Amino acid sequence: MSSKTEVSKTIMQLVLVVVGMFGFGFAMVPLYDILCDVTGFNGKTAGKYTATEVQDVREDRLVTIQFLASNNANMPWEFRPKVRTMKVHPGKMNTTEFYVRNVASQAMVAQAVPSVTPFNAAEFLHKTECFCFEQQQLATGEDLDMPLRFIIDSQIPEEVTTLTLSYTLYDVTEQVGLAAN
Amino acid sequence: MSAVIEELHHDDHHHGPDKGIMRWVFTTNHKDIGTLYLWFSFLMFLTGGVLALGIRAELFQPGLQILQPEVFNQLTTMHGLIMVFGAVMPAFVGLANWLVPMMIGAPDMALPRMNNYSFWILPFAFGLLLSTFFMEGGAPNFGWTFYAPLSTDYAPPSVTFFIFAVHMMGISSIMGSINVVVTILNMRAPGMTLMKMPLFVWTWLITAYLLIAVMPVLAGVVTMMLMDIHFGTAFFNAGGGGDPVLFQHVFWFFGHPEVYIMILPAFGVVSAIIPTFARKRLFGYDSMVYATASIAFLSFIVWAHHMFTVGIPIAGELYFMYATMLIAVPTGVKVFNWVATMWQGAMTFETPMLFAIAFVILFTIGGFSGLMLAIVPADFQYHDTYFVVAHFHYVLVPGSIFSIMAAVYYWIPKWTGNMYDETLGKTHFWLSFIGVNVTFFPQHFVGLAGMPRRIPDYALQFADWNMVSSCGAFLFGFSQLLFLFIVIKCIRGGKKATDQVWEGAHGLEWTIPSPAPYHTFSTPPTDMKEAHG
Repeated sequence: MSSKTEVSKTIMQLVLVVVGMFGFGFAMVPLYDILCDVTGFNGKTAGKYTATEVQDVREDRLVTIQFLASNNANMPWEFRPKVRTMKVHPGKMNTTEFYVRNVASQAMVAQAVPSVTPFNAAEFLHKTECFCFEQQQLATGEDLDMPLRFIIDSQIPEEVTTLTLSYTLYDVTEQVGLAAN
Repeated sequence: MSAVIEELHHDDHHHGPDKGIMRWVFTTNHKDIGTLYLWFSFLMFLTGGVLALGIRAELFQPGLQILQPEVFNQLTTMHGLIMVFGAVMPAFVGLANWLVPMMIGAPDMALPRMNNYSFWILPFAFGLLLSTFFMEGGAPNFGWTFYAPLSTDYAPPSVTFFIFAVHMMGISSIMGSINVVVTILNMRAPGMTLMKMPLFVWTWLITAYLLIAVMPVLAGVVTMMLMDIHFGTAFFNAGGGGDPVLFQHVFWFFGHPEVYIMILPAFGVVSAIIPTFARKRLFGYDSMVYATASIAFLSFIVWAHHMFTVGIPIAGELYFMYATMLIAVPTGVKVFNWVATMWQGAMTFETPMLFAIAFVILFTIGGFSGLMLAIVPADFQYHDTYFVVAHFHYVLVPGSIFSIMAAVYYWIPKWTGNMYDETLGKTHFWLSFIGVNVTFFPQHFVGLAGMPRRIPDYALQFADWNMVSSCGAFLFGFSQLLFLFIVIKCIRGGKKATDQVWEGAHGLEWTIPSPAPYHTFSTPPTDMKEAHG
């Protein structure tokens, strides 16, 4: 049997563990993001790419890239890629467009979120310009061709012959609010 | 009596329990609180059981007969939550309250007032949770795993009450666990070294550490949900930069240790009962302690095996597959030790022993189906089917629940001073044993054939086995009323129990009179020969 001070010491240690683990639960949020950014797990693509050096164009290789566009639940907009697949040379800059039209009866703001499969290809897809870097606000009936410029890294593993870039469009009107005019 | 002694005893002037209902409201006595926990848990067991029978009644035949899908989803969700947090966990806390101080020679738990609070939070938490059935939009309907965004964007409004109920349960569990750890670390009688503690105490010490480590993570994840729902954050909303898969990672980081929280004390109970009725010492005590600690450690690094199909990279799937399979090693050590304890023992088969042996066999079946689920390519087939339902019910019902029943039969003569009715006890065992297997074994078959879990209706080819399963469920469910009858009968009277109760029983709790006096070990015991369980 031990004294009161030893009991309170044990209690304090255990309370610290409780507080620490509560914090750890929240720390998992940035840790998870970092892990996904570093490894490309979960098909997460990096932000805007700025070329550090000019890549050799691999004229000998052709990689197929497929584009998918889908809407999150309750998102009424029309959203589709203008070209469904492209065959591209790694290292070369490519341009394509996605089409959106606001078919709702009021102005809305949308955010597209990208994902790439296979996961090990995610880090080799560089986007120099993408509509997913910003939000789109469209008045009712308004439409837009949204540009996407990308390079597939010349270092992309040989076994990757096809990759799929999928965008999901979310309604973020409530979160961000409509801009003036 | 001299004035000095009067002065010394001034603080604990009541030597017996108070009279009336206030005894239970204000009690700080570990035995009273243990009793409260056990009765509360039994009430929740019946509540969750009624929900389960609603589910099985709907699944008796294909098509929608009794319940609409919306209500069915509420029943599966609430059944899971109530059984996990309301039945199994409080039952083990109740056993810990009754037994840990008596097993280590302590007069009470270290923090008696907090003990009272930890219990009395629970009725309010579950009152809040159950009240959601009567709210607009109904009770939570997103499964006990409450995956976001199903539980955030698409949840009924009652989800907020669910979140607060989970917070309250979490606070209760954390306080209870702190109490257990402090009691075990600081209140052991002189001579009761750590490696002399009965295995039930060891398993509870480790369980309490698991609870302290993961209940705050659960509190964190429901807090994130609360913020996503009400404060415009986007932890789990991909449109705002969050990620639904993150929810599953945080949830299962809590969830996997949680499933061991529900089984480790069961290991302790069985490790106490088998040696008694085999009339041998427990085989491999040290390896039992180390195996329990290994299982607890491994539980923190295998969580993603619940999420093989979310799209984890192949390296991750392989890691989580092998790490999961590794758990079979310490678990196998335990099963081996229990069998070796029985080997060449002078065995008798009283009710607690029957439940304990059924535990070893049926828990092992559940363990094997767990190994099957750990195999990544196979899991893609089994994921979210009834095979998973069969697996975790095998480890939870004939696993955790059978061990709790075994514990009640084993220690109830010490608690009440009376022997229970052995014939009725054995009847209860056989009805439960048959009921459990008839209910859950066929679910392996329909699961392998592709029947998804959490559905109110199913394809015709699953009809026969579902009917069998429903019959078993009603048999098992109604058998528990017999259990209630046996317990009440035992409290009211019966053959007087001796102090040792069982011929082969060893441990400090068997050295005190039956029924256990209101206060035990006010002076610590000195003879540790009997300490080892």
